[in-house]
Amino acid sequence: MHMISQLARKIGFKLIVVVGVTTFVTMGIYAYITIRTQRADLFAEVERHAMQLSETVRNSTRYDMLLNQRESIHTIINDIGSDPAIDEVRVLNKEGKIIYSSRKENIGKMVDKQAESCYACHAADQPLQRLSMSQRTRVFRIHPDSARALGVISPIYTERSCWDADCHAHSKQQQVLGVLDVTFSLADADERIRASAFQVGIFAISAILAASFIIGFFVNKWISLPVGALLNATKQVGGGNLSYTVPDLGKDDIGMLAQSFNTMTMKLSEARLQLFQSDKMASLGRLAAGVAHEINNPLTGVLTYGSFLLKRTQNHPELQEDLKVVVRETLRCREIVKSLLDFARQSIPKKTASDMSEIIDRAVAVVEHQVSIKGVKIVKSLEPHLPKMTVDPNQMQQVFVNLIVNAADAIESGGGTVTVSAKLLQLAPQGVAQVKSACCPKGHNLITNDFKIDGLPAIRVKARYEGEEGFMMLDPVYGRNRNHFDLNVKARTEFEMVCPECGISLLEEQGKCEKCGSRLLSFVVPSHGEFEACVSKECGWQRWLAVDSAGKQEYVELIVSDTGVGISKENLAKIFEPFFTTKGQKGTGLGLAVIWGIIDNHDGTISVESELGVGTTFTIRLPLKRQPAQA
Amino acid sequence: MSKAVDILVIDDEQVVREGVCRVCEAGGFSIEAVGDAASGLERLRKEVYRLVLCDVMLPEFDGFHVLDMMKKAGITTPLIMITGCSTLQNAVNALKEGAIDFIPKPFTVDELESGIQRGLRYQQLMDLGAFPRSLGKKASDISRPCPREFHRLGRLSWVKIENNGIGLVGVTDLFMKSVAAVKELTFVEMNRDLIQAAPCATVTSQDGLVHEILCPMSGTIVTRNEQLLPHPELLEQDPYSSGWLYQIVPTNLAYELNHLIPCSQDY
Repeated sequence: MHMISQLARKIGFKLIVVVGVTTFVTMGIYAYITIRTQRADLFAEVERHAMQLSETVRNSTRYDMLLNQRESIHTIINDIGSDPAIDEVRVLNKEGKIIYSSRKENIGKMVDKQAESCYACHAADQPLQRLSMSQRTRVFRIHPDSARALGVISPIYTERSCWDADCHAHSKQQQVLGVLDVTFSLADADERIRASAFQVGIFAISAILAASFIIGFFVNKWISLPVGALLNATKQVGGGNLSYTVPDLGKDDIGMLAQSFNTMTMKLSEARLQLFQSDKMASLGRLAAGVAHEINNPLTGVLTYGSFLLKRTQNHPELQEDLKVVVRETLRCREIVKSLLDFARQSIPKKTASDMSEIIDRAVAVVEHQVSIKGVKIVKSLEPHLPKMTVDPNQMQQVFVNLIVNAADAIESGGGTVTVSAKLLQLAPQGVAQVKSACCPKGHNLITNDFKIDGLPAIRVKARYEGEEGFMMLDPVYGRNRNHFDLNVKARTEFEMVCPECGISLLEEQGKCEKCGSRLLSFVVPSHGEFEACVSKECGWQRWLAVDSAGKQEYVELIVSDTGVGISKENLAKIFEPFFTTKGQKGTGLGLAVIWGIIDNHDGTISVESELGVGTTFTIRLPLKRQPAQA
Repeated sequence: MSKAVDILVIDDEQVVREGVCRVCEAGGFSIEAVGDAASGLERLRKEVYRLVLCDVMLPEFDGFHVLDMMKKAGITTPLIMITGCSTLQNAVNALKEGAIDFIPKPFTVDELESGIQRGLRYQQLMDLGAFPRSLGKKASDISRPCPREFHRLGRLSWVKIENNGIGLVGVTDLFMKSVAAVKELTFVEMNRDLIQAAPCATVTSQDGLVHEILCPMSGTIVTRNEQLLPHPELLEQDPYSSGWLYQIVPTNLAYELNHLIPCSQDY
């Protein structure tokens, strides 16, 4: 029972039941109507046939009747009656006596006026003189359990030559001289009807079964299985497994649901990551604060007594020297603890005007000691008089500490150098400005997070060419053109470009590329005007007025490079992904992802170059002013 | 009447109590030490001290609670906060709540001594502690208060926000009176950022003590009052006008103003 009620809840089952019942009812009605129609048609056919035959018999015996050629009439009637389909041919006279019959035994018998063969005319007191077509036929059973029979009555109407003849057999007043009664066996027809009904029945049942199976099969394939897969996925994700992905379920609605589900899971896991990270940072902060406080007390003891001794031994120069060292180093401890506390205070990212050089100095101070143990030298090359920047100094310090530690880790035993440099740059927007948001004329978002070009979400556009369709991923960096095509397009051709959501064309009606004259693709960057790009693959011309008119912008370029082992090309592409690490158990894989987030939050960019065996260089570019184009 | 003990130190760390006692005794002061707030308050109710040195992190009740209870009990002994959680937030809060100074741990002997000297001079000026529970003079009786439109960090330094947004920073007259005659003034470097409640200048007095001036508001330095270098006595003569220290561009004005005391309420 439990199983059945469970089964009853499944969509697939409900669908099958509904469809099955519908099919059953439809086919049932169809079969019923068909059978009835066929039966009626067949019967009508037989009836017509019978009528015709009846007429023919009457006409063919007319002459003989006129001449009263009884033998001839008998012969005709017997011959006709011998046909197996004909049960009996008989002629009744006006009294009701059977005067001719193909069944010899019936000749001479009287037929009761009440009998069904006479009923048609003699039902009323006065017999009908004329009979309509439908009244002339009747269906009956000769014996209760025999086959059905069809009887046709053809009244023999009088005519001049009948009463005018010499034999004076009939008087002038008589309208009806007698009746020709032909009885047909309907056994054959009934048989055919039965067979036909049987056929229709079989067809209907097969159709119902076939439909049910087909529906059942496809419902299972298109609905039950995908829904089951999705249900399973929600259970997995609900249980905490955020790396579970639903397999590709096709391109229909459920397939889209699966994809959307996967995207949601991915976003969830990223959000959880961020939460972990901030949780971690918060507990790290608490730990650091606790440690600092714990250290400060014994440090006080050392510093107080140390400086006290220094004061007391003012007359003992040799003691002074040594004590000075003690006091100096303890003061240094004090500074380190202070910077540790500052560093750990990861509260709300507070952006204030900060001196980058100072931040770098602090970061280097924090790691200098641990790094120099490995024989690694830190070289600073900071451009003097760098303008102040609106950044969160703690986060920036975190970025540098992380990068420098990574750089030092990359250097194997034997020593090496980590260089930190900062300088001011003027950069034109081309190759730098990033489109962070793009819309089609109807307002649909064109940016996709599923495809990243150099770590940045691409602009996705649908392209049509010669009947084929495919997607084109545009590089979101203005002027860089590291685009990806789905479609195999010949050179120097143009293709139709539309919004993947609504299909509206993204090509400009009027504009032409200034370089090659081809048509232009254009979309809106909200709050920053229009972005135009030439459709020709080779040309690559682009125009973004809002950003161009802002002109060259100032950036501060920060570089951390090392002479370490370098990073391979495959790893290079994945290096900013969360959880990606080459440090095995030691690495959390979060460092660079967090750094990427911090830099992105400051509207900057971070990129990496590396050569195995030579070293790695991380380059960060931060805009000086909050860029209007970096929404 | 028993001679007032000079100093009471409240700190839960033994080494700190011992260290402070060592230094104070060597300096000729009498000192008592307790390990928690309750005992400290008990002592304060029984005895008269000239100065209290109190840690922020104490078991059960913290240093702010001590300040609070002292205010409620009408104990006017000046209190200097010392703390191992040397975050500036603590300093700022302490000064706003009524502590007269703030010394972060770990401190050198000199730093401790300067602080104690300032505290004791302040106490003398205010005539506090000489008579049990005397209310002493008002600050305005012994020193010139800051002009109405200024804002002060505790009793140490002030900032004046001018119409063009520039902040003028200086020391209070009371602070200058709590140090011996000034011998020398040292600024910080020009390209340093000032941070609220962090030291922004040092004053060396004739008695050889070095006193740190805590900055009232974070900002970037526009100009330093260079004429103070040859004439540090301007700090004593005219601390609110020609004795200004820095012109700064405040970096966190609205938020930090909340931690300062508006001088208008001194009138």
